[in-house]
Amino acid sequence: MESLNFTLLLDPLGLFFISVILLISLPSAVYSLGYLKGEYSSAKKALGWFLLVLFIASMTLVVSVSNALVFLIAWELMSLVSYFLVVFDTEHEKSIQAGTIYIVMTHLGSAFLMAALMIMYKYAHTFDFFAIKNACLLMPAQVKNIVFLLFLIGFGTKAGIVPLHVWLPYAHPQAPSHISSIMSGVMIKTAIYGLIRFVIFLLGVNSWWWGGLILVLALITCLVGVIYALMDRDLKRLLAYSSVENIGIILLGVGLSMLFIAKDMPYLAIFSLIAGLYHLVNHAIFKGLLFLCAGSVYKACGTRDIEKLGGLIKKMPQTAVYFLLGAMAISALPPLNGFVSEWLTLQAFFLGAFKLTGGLKLFLGICASLLALTGGLAAACFVKAFGIVFLALPRSNYASQAKEVSLSMRVGMFFLASLTVVFGLAATFIVGWLAKVAAAATGIDISRMSFALNNLTLSLKSVKNVYLSSPLLALILAGLGFTVFIVYRLLSKEKTLVDNTWDCGYYKIGPRNEYTSTAFSKPFRIAFSFFLLPYRKTQKIRESFYHVKSFAYETYTTPVFKKYIYKPLLTWVLGSARLMRRLQPGSIHLYLTYIFLALLLLIIFMPKF
Amino acid sequence: MIKISLIILQLLFFIGVAPLLSGLITKLKNNLRMRRGMSILQPYYNLIKLFAKGQVVSGTTSWIFKITPVVVISSALAAALLVPVFIFSTPLHFTGDFLALIFIFSLGRFFLALAALDTGSAFGGMGSSREMFISSLVEPALCLTVFSIFLQFGSTDISVFKSSTPISVSSIIGAIALFLVAIAETSRIPVDNQETHLELTMIHEAMVLEYSGGALALIELAAHIKQMIWFLLIAQIIFPVQAVDLSSPGGLFFWTGWQIARVLLIAGAVSLVEVSVAKMRLFRAIDFLGFVFVLGIIASICAILRV
Repeated sequence: MESLNFTLLLDPLGLFFISVILLISLPSAVYSLGYLKGEYSSAKKALGWFLLVLFIASMTLVVSVSNALVFLIAWELMSLVSYFLVVFDTEHEKSIQAGTIYIVMTHLGSAFLMAALMIMYKYAHTFDFFAIKNACLLMPAQVKNIVFLLFLIGFGTKAGIVPLHVWLPYAHPQAPSHISSIMSGVMIKTAIYGLIRFVIFLLGVNSWWWGGLILVLALITCLVGVIYALMDRDLKRLLAYSSVENIGIILLGVGLSMLFIAKDMPYLAIFSLIAGLYHLVNHAIFKGLLFLCAGSVYKACGTRDIEKLGGLIKKMPQTAVYFLLGAMAISALPPLNGFVSEWLTLQAFFLGAFKLTGGLKLFLGICASLLALTGGLAAACFVKAFGIVFLALPRSNYASQAKEVSLSMRVGMFFLASLTVVFGLAATFIVGWLAKVAAAATGIDISRMSFALNNLTLSLKSVKNVYLSSPLLALILAGLGFTVFIVYRLLSKEKTLVDNTWDCGYYKIGPRNEYTSTAFSKPFRIAFSFFLLPYRKTQKIRESFYHVKSFAYETYTTPVFKKYIYKPLLTWVLGSARLMRRLQPGSIHLYLTYIFLALLLLIIFMPKF
Repeated sequence: MIKISLIILQLLFFIGVAPLLSGLITKLKNNLRMRRGMSILQPYYNLIKLFAKGQVVSGTTSWIFKITPVVVISSALAAALLVPVFIFSTPLHFTGDFLALIFIFSLGRFFLALAALDTGSAFGGMGSSREMFISSLVEPALCLTVFSIFLQFGSTDISVFKSSTPISVSSIIGAIALFLVAIAETSRIPVDNQETHLELTMIHEAMVLEYSGGALALIELAAHIKQMIWFLLIAQIIFPVQAVDLSSPGGLFFWTGWQIARVLLIAGAVSLVEVSVAKMRLFRAIDFLGFVFVLGIIASICAILRV
């Protein structure tokens, strides 16, 4: 057994992920100063800080080690620390349940990773990354396929690829909000790091179906994530499902890149990976921001139920602005950061389809259109989230008593909110940096590639180059807006009257008349009923046979994955565990036989390894 | 300097001419229904009337409601700058492409949907929910259509769509798909109906129900401009032009005439569709847009087969 080698590998790929981790963790830590105040005892606060620091350190370790075994140890450390953070609010029974689901799923994933690394070790005889990289060149194609699938399941569990996403909507909302922000913003991205590092960098992409498989899974992930997000009425769970969606979008870039590597198209491979990584850092920023905002709403109102909120834009004006920026960025509205990365991803599909041949062209086109569907649904989802939570009148006392949160929390949110603008406007510089990261990951020479016309304009190589300039677009939008505003002010001389919202001449309308989150998502529930399987329960509460006093109406959607995959699986596991118990009847003679058989097996099979 | 004057010219053109197109469609519709109908200039009268009037703003609303008209009109105008009108190239050629244009439209829509929720009225919520529903289903169909067009020209840059090649099956199907998308996007029958304020059916009108005065005028103007943009884009694809020498008066004359003629043709088609079909139930829009999606697939296949 070799000794553990603690050298760090600080190549551009590792450094990129370290900077993403720090970019989100630091504002979240500042935010937690205010967030933890008054919620926990000082001993618990100290524990929280300790775990937070350990969490950030373990994530940094994951993306910077150069030894597969140390990677695995860091990975486990990260998983365990995040488990403790998920169950931090131990008084809630939900936290314990969420933690259990999380730890089971994450270890399931780790098991697959271990298997993959063991196969790699068999060929390399060492855990050192570069030795593995060399050994992988000689690995037979079939073994490579198996290793790839093991990595995909292992890292897919952490990333939240459907149907391995089940833990995510439990664990992320249950953790304290600054932790949710780090978990959703950064931790699940370490799985993307793993995929890039181990599959693209070490293993080397073998055949194009790897990328194709990832594309299909990523699209399912996108759509399932966003549809569930649209249905949800718990603000933080909505954000968690939206993370599932965005992981899908990131994986689209990564999968495309793998496809192009296998097809030997270096320009497109680099460009797609840039799109994926750009969306990765963007998602880290706006999802981190949105979770912090959701935490502020929770802190101020004491509930995460969207149906009970409303009108917060007047009570918490700054949080509202930050949430709006996050919602706009995640809905890919120009000129914010989500717009640039989603545009890049779509272009990667388009340009790729142009270069590829035959059926793959159509496949990429349909992929792109489903990505567009995801984008449209995400916009609807965040119109709902912002509109119902922050606009109109408060729907309950929770919301009407809300107050703006403390300074440290606002500072954390402000920092991330300003990043959504910066990363939108500085697109050319960021694409330039990401090109280096992508080059380091894929080993492709980028010295002759260019992705920008000048400092303001992105330019992509095609029959006729495609251009996008987010700063100019921002300038035009702002200029037009300003001009229209001035002209409008000069033209309209009539006074503005303040009155009630039109109430059909009936009586003054109140919060009960407002549209709710459930009502808002109703058309989508009907359109996707084949997947959501909605059902309702109605009950008449009668005073007597003749008089119905009130009417109870509840509507649900069927959790398809839980009901049709995980429930049967769990039943099966428990059933087989019951069978296995017969192996252990308590007879010492039988146990001695087991030991003997095990020895025999080892003697027979040992030389083979 | 020429560029800036071109930008200003194009902006003024859209502001000035876009309402005329709506007036024309209304007039055509009325004539098709054997009615006399109102003047073609009616949209202008409406805008002037609205600008002259004061606003009534609900006390429930916040600053979102106030900035929305400005956001909507500036996003429509920004999109207008990405469409070629006077010359083959767009004034802001290096700023964005067809995909960017779609994203810019969604900026205005996003704010309009928020403003509708801001009023706290169920009408607003209804309109907002339906608008986001329709638009999110439009996205994939639109994206696939753009994809089929992209496959022919190899770029999503709008100024490329002039093509000296003869018109292909793929661009005809693509343009039909784009036409149906435009019907959904400009809230026309059979997806939405601009002429009614019936709460069961309205989508766009429900969203802007609380707006009045100058703010309403801005939103209506933006809707006119958006419609004009769609028509110009479809015209660009289905009736491509050979390279014309724009410096000669003859070429310029031809170009202008052709530009007007093809937009008029599309306006005629829209009015024909509007008078000949009934508005669909909201959930039938799923089938409608599914059909457009399939058209997009067919157009892409045709483009791949190079027919």
